[in-house]
Amino acid sequence: MNSALNTGNTAWVLTSAALVLLMIPGLAFFYGGMVRTKSVLNMLMMVMGSLFVVGILWVAFGYSMSFGDSYGNNGLLGNIGQYDWLTSLMANDPKASLPAMAFVAFQAMFACITVGLIAGAIADRTKFGAWMVFSAIWAVLVYFPVAHWVFDLNPTTGGFLAKWGVIDFAGGTAVHINAGAAGLALAIVIGRRVGWKKNPMKPHNLTLVMIGAGLLWFGWFGFNAGSEAAADNSASVVFVNTFVATCAAGLGWLATEKLRDGHATSLGAASGIVAGLVAITPSCSAVNPQGAIIIGLLAGVVCALAVGLKYKLGFDDSLDVVGVHLVGGIMGTLLIGFLATKAAPAGVDGLFYGGGLSQLGKQAAGAGIVLVYSFVIATLIGLVIKYTRGFRVSTDDEVLGVDLSLHAETAYEFNESGGGGHFAGVGHAARSHMEEE
Amino acid sequence: MKLVTAIIKPFKLEDVKNALEGTGVHGMTVSEASGFGRQRGHTEVYRGAEYTVDLVPKVRLEVLADDDRVDSVVDAIVTAAQTGRIGDGKVWVVPVESIVRVRTGERGSEAI
Repeated sequence: MNSALNTGNTAWVLTSAALVLLMIPGLAFFYGGMVRTKSVLNMLMMVMGSLFVVGILWVAFGYSMSFGDSYGNNGLLGNIGQYDWLTSLMANDPKASLPAMAFVAFQAMFACITVGLIAGAIADRTKFGAWMVFSAIWAVLVYFPVAHWVFDLNPTTGGFLAKWGVIDFAGGTAVHINAGAAGLALAIVIGRRVGWKKNPMKPHNLTLVMIGAGLLWFGWFGFNAGSEAAADNSASVVFVNTFVATCAAGLGWLATEKLRDGHATSLGAASGIVAGLVAITPSCSAVNPQGAIIIGLLAGVVCALAVGLKYKLGFDDSLDVVGVHLVGGIMGTLLIGFLATKAAPAGVDGLFYGGGLSQLGKQAAGAGIVLVYSFVIATLIGLVIKYTRGFRVSTDDEVLGVDLSLHAETAYEFNESGGGGHFAGVGHAARSHMEEE
Repeated sequence: MKLVTAIIKPFKLEDVKNALEGTGVHGMTVSEASGFGRQRGHTEVYRGAEYTVDLVPKVRLEVLADDDRVDSVVDAIVTAAQTGRIGDGKVWVVPVESIVRVRTGERGSEAI
């Protein structure tokens, strides 16, 4: 038997992994409700599709790239061959308090959801195959290395940002800035949707958006409190900070809308929830509950203002991956430099608690490096795909709707006549039947 | 024979239906419709982006009537649907060449 095993911690990490997995369909619903009726299924498919691809890559060599020993101990990239297909991690290690596979499972979900986040920036117009290819390449070239920089805390063989002392508890840089910068890059490379800023592009199902936001909030407790990798006091502090920051962000977003547009909206509430969760992700271990409220409130207000930028700057980030995840991630990462307090689990004082500017400098460096790296590499991958296999559907297919043109499905059937069709056979038989007609 | 088509406010459907039944009308076709006349739609805001929605939800109601009963049908609709405010809708009447009841094959006035 494993004598060192801590069953409580192991149970919490495995549970947290499942909680984070639930965020992925949550994200799909959150995004899916915001697109038009003709592309909701494609949005769900993009998020779930990248989950399939990245999950396999994680097991094959992704975990090694993120959590293997750094080549030359320089903190840039983990040894890609270290845990080949994870076979070596299967044996019971009597000295481990947490099984390696529990950590592998937990971190797998982070890789998968980070790639899924990008999909919101390029909704309604992206070839499904091209998206799957991008998911794989971006995970390998960007997410796996960046996760090593930030999340591998080993003082010798770990990542260079972690060694510098950049505080990112659960992924403000590695997840949200990373995905937000890639989303911005792809929105620019792929271009605006047909009819953008002219035709109505209203969210088609706001109840679905709120269901998604609720699932994200629920799962995010695994994301943040699970990142402690233990069922302990720090995890509990992180849990409360995550909860209260999100409440504050919801209020901040709604207040901004009420003052600016005259109405507090349900989309604003759902968006505020996500903005708050994003901003508290890096900072949840470094601040006290008042600090968490300030971070949430500021994230709600600033992200509510930031989502309007795309109309001024002219890039079609369809579902505001930049305005919510990039901006929220930057805010949460930088605010640690101001609001961190030694009383919190991370044990560092920020500017407002007499810690000076040094932590703020580290946070800014971490945020900037991840932003630039992800943006540049995502742009390059995007351009290669665009000029080889093509990244975007034809204008006809886009106008028809990507649900039908890419997946041969429609999301909703509202009448009994079924569009006036008939059963045409199974598989190939159906296709040849159609051709005969 | 005439076809009476009425575009009315959706919340007035029940009143109009009852009024028509009161004048001896036994059948009608009702569909959800949208459009605009002098009444325009509204503005919606999503994440600060404003969309104008011009088309207002309406109900389209169609009734077949014999020539001598058309006026009472139209009057019943107008009286029941009227609120006096903008957007009450319209009623128009067009001639119908022939009518067949599918179940029995009856034609003309018999089929109404």
